[in-house]
Amino acid sequence: MTEFAVDIANLKKTYGNIEAVRGIDLRVNVGEVFALLGPNGAGKTTTVEILEGHRKRTEGSVSVLGHDPSNNERIFKQRIGIVLQKTGVEPYLNVEETIKLFAGYYRHPQPIQQILEITGLEKLRSIRVQKLSGGQLRRLDVAVGLVGNPELLFLDEPTTGFDPSARRSAWEMISNLRTLGKTVFLTTHYMEEAEYLADRVAIMVNGKIVAEGTPKELANHESETTIRFQLNSTDGTLPQHLVSKSTSSGDSIAIKTDTPTETLFEITRWSIDTGNQLKEITVSRPSLEEIYLKLVDKSETKVD
Amino acid sequence: MNTLSLAIRQIKYENLAFWRNPVSAFFTFIFPLMFLAIFNLLFGNREFEVPGGVTHTSTFYVPSIIALSVTSACYTNVAMSMTFSRDQGLLKRIRGSPLPVWAFLFGRITTMLMVTILLVTIVATAGVVFYGVDLPGKTFPAFAFTLLIGSATFCILGIAITSVIPNAQAAPAVVNASILPLLFVSDVFIPMNDAPSWLISFTQIFPVKPFTSALHTAFNPFETGLGFEFTDIGVLVLWAVIGTLIAIRFFSWEPRQ
Repeated sequence: MTEFAVDIANLKKTYGNIEAVRGIDLRVNVGEVFALLGPNGAGKTTTVEILEGHRKRTEGSVSVLGHDPSNNERIFKQRIGIVLQKTGVEPYLNVEETIKLFAGYYRHPQPIQQILEITGLEKLRSIRVQKLSGGQLRRLDVAVGLVGNPELLFLDEPTTGFDPSARRSAWEMISNLRTLGKTVFLTTHYMEEAEYLADRVAIMVNGKIVAEGTPKELANHESETTIRFQLNSTDGTLPQHLVSKSTSSGDSIAIKTDTPTETLFEITRWSIDTGNQLKEITVSRPSLEEIYLKLVDKSETKVD
Repeated sequence: MNTLSLAIRQIKYENLAFWRNPVSAFFTFIFPLMFLAIFNLLFGNREFEVPGGVTHTSTFYVPSIIALSVTSACYTNVAMSMTFSRDQGLLKRIRGSPLPVWAFLFGRITTMLMVTILLVTIVATAGVVFYGVDLPGKTFPAFAFTLLIGSATFCILGIAITSVIPNAQAAPAVVNASILPLLFVSDVFIPMNDAPSWLISFTQIFPVKPFTSALHTAFNPFETGLGFEFTDIGVLVLWAVIGTLIAIRFFSWEPRQ
């Protein structure tokens, strides 16, 4: 038995002169939901397709459930489930027939009824695939990916192109997979999606992993706290050392600090001492979204 | 389930999908029957010279339209449906599943062969009932054998041609451009009796003409032997080998950009 569901070391993939994946190391624990997050063209799909056996790597070592996916073994395919970016099912079969067809390929498939329930397709079971909406098709994709009762499920951008409510319900469905004890390897370019679904996140930009950790650890990546408040224009001015740290827009002043407790104390002491009222005061940590965008920005400018 | 029963199970689903696509099913059947009716209406009663005697043009058209049925059900349908499935991502998904790819191809090709057999039966029956054509008797084994080899060859070529089809939108153009000219110069639509001899020899090296020739021999009422045209069958087998090699080397399971 292997320790990790996915174990990648120094993985590289080049297409001609283009380096799509530039030497990445990743480990995914059994039973966790892992998200590979990054902008379009970062190399996420290339990476996940190497793990699925659809592409051959140029360099490095890859182990998925103890198998080398490039061998394309049937026993390996029995143990994984794949949900590609593009739907690939026969348009003239209905939902139930499609799931049944794929169920037959696996040695230990899940009961069709259970799959229909998990993916919320029960009411659509006798509808032809060609008549399904985009969101419903995606559910069917997941159903087909799940029907073989895989130990590891790959989801490549499961909610791209969804409206917000469809995204919410897809998220709920994916969260439910966790209760089934499955390892999930997810790619996405939505920070929010990674934050909502994943136990651990790796951020990939330009073929490299630029940050990795739990959503919480990533949030701590950036230490600056922002304190915002408003002053009336008639009020006095802040002490010079605070002004130098502040940026203002209109009446609103923002101060960024690595030592929020001290800074907040200085501001409030000044306020009480001078009688200037601080209005709408907020203390905020940067959102994961901000950190993500900052990391992407930094890595992209570094390369070019 | 073992792989053999998986392959057989594929036939069931492929059939279901084929018959539920009304446009594809309709054209597969209607086209050859339409041509059979039109050509016989126009020329059916004319006298027609065949090796060993004189008969009617309908004796020419029934095997010709059988050849057309095979190229359309096997070559055209396989090429179009494989391109469509490839563009949709179905082929990629199959390859990501434990189903062996040969079982998938087996299911699709067998379905097309079943369609071909049905279509050929209808055409032959129509030939007997409406046009008084004699069915192959002594030559029946040769007829069946030619049909089998021809269908298999055209299915393989249908798979091979997808390697040069960029996407599903381009499929009809590429498929028709590759098969229609051959149908015109291979004794399918027009008898080639008056054609220049260089053209006739030229068409011999392509798969349609030998196929039609072998079928014509099987339908020739004056044929004294068993009617096996081994040279023609040999050309078909050669094309099957070429098609297989092309498919192995260039076939794509993924949509092309």
